[in-house]
Amino acid sequence: MDLPRLETILSRYEGEPWDLIPVLQDIQDSYSYLPKDELQVVSERLNVPLTQIYSVATFFKMFSLIPKGKHQIKVCTGTTCHLKGSHRVAESLSHRLGVEVGYTTKDMQFSLDTVGCLGSCAQAPVMMVDDKYYGRTTVDKVPKILKLYK
Amino acid sequence: MVWKISDETAYDTLGEEVRLTINGVPIRAPQDQSLLVTARQNGFEIPTLCYHRDLPSEGHCRLCVVEIGEYPRTQIVNSCTYPTQAGLVVQTHSETVLQARRLVLELLLARTPKAKLIQEMAAAHGVYESRFKTDDPEELCILCGLCVRTCREVVGVSAISMKGRTPDKQVATPFMEKSPACIGCGSCAFVCPTNVIPYTEKDGVRTIWGRDFELQACNVCGNYIAPKYQLEHWAKLTGDPVETFFVCRDCR
Ligand code: SF4
Ligand code: FES
Ligand code: FES
Repeated sequence: MDLPRLETILSRYEGEPWDLIPVLQDIQDSYSYLPKDELQVVSERLNVPLTQIYSVATFFKMFSLIPKGKHQIKVCTGTTCHLKGSHRVAESLSHRLGVEVGYTTKDMQFSLDTVGCLGSCAQAPVMMVDDKYYGRTTVDKVPKILKLYK
Repeated sequence: MVWKISDETAYDTLGEEVRLTINGVPIRAPQDQSLLVTARQNGFEIPTLCYHRDLPSEGHCRLCVVEIGEYPRTQIVNSCTYPTQAGLVVQTHSETVLQARRLVLELLLARTPKAKLIQEMAAAHGVYESRFKTDDPEELCILCGLCVRTCREVVGVSAISMKGRTPDKQVATPFMEKSPACIGCGSCAFVCPTNVIPYTEKDGVRTIWGRDFELQACNVCGNYIAPKYQLEHWAKLTGDPVETFFVCRDCR
């Protein structure tokens, strides 16, 4: 376990139970997932039972218990994007990357997920790679977008 | 009927007494006490599935809904989590309420078509079949969370919790592995209204949540008392030596 890394994250907070979600977010960002041993330490430090951490970690889509790829692709399947055919974008990505939605490529480069509304409905269909938004995506644009990260 | 808990005697004065009406009857009750308890104390029966008097209400099942306010501005709320307030106008059996309860039961029937308790409750409300899709015909868990709350609040160890979100939500141990916090007491299996938590006892070993617990026999009569682990937990709580608990209740 990378204790110094975890300590750095924990040191940003007061160590109260309500720090749980921000702490988990930081761990997710830093490790690309929530490692079990780290969660055990978080449980002791924040005084939150492991059961509750597990509940939170499995409830939110932003958290993952298995390592995510270097780049995280999120295809919006919110109402607007759905109507604008975002499932086709997701299918195309899945095809090109050779990975099913919800999984990570073997080389750990890309994780592909679908999410609820990304809050940019005017640009539907929307997808995100890491922190960057791609609006009005079409199946044609998929290879060009992927190329930027390969 | 099994689910009726009408012995609401615990009159815990949470706040000062306020006046409200339930089904047109003027009533006095302590402020902030749940509407469910207020109604039951006054003889209005409200069906529930996830309420337990010894546990905090979390409003999972939605069967306890009541209508508050005056027509046409009424609102449907969970009575188990809604506080008693001065001037409230409450309906426990209006057409809107009954319809909402039937819907809840239809949904539950679709989730757990084989659960006897749900079948009975649904039938009592005139619901015999569901228009919704059943994912797993063998499913018995209604996600009431009584097990999770009992473990956390009464036993005080928190070995299980809800995992994931609907439609894949389920009761589980952390990481679906053997829960180190579990003391093998079986309270979750005991409290479960649909008896879905697997639990076996054989040759002095109790198996629950994938873990085996050695049972302690009574030093006097030889009958099994409880898992050794649980007795150690008690000893830790009370500060007594663990041997104090090696004699069963009947032999003391
Ligand atoms: S296992 Fe039983 S007690 Fe626990 S949530 Fe399911 S039905 Fe309720
Ligand atoms: S539905 Fe996709 S951004 Fe709103
Ligand atoms: S008893 Fe109120 S929601 Fe279940």
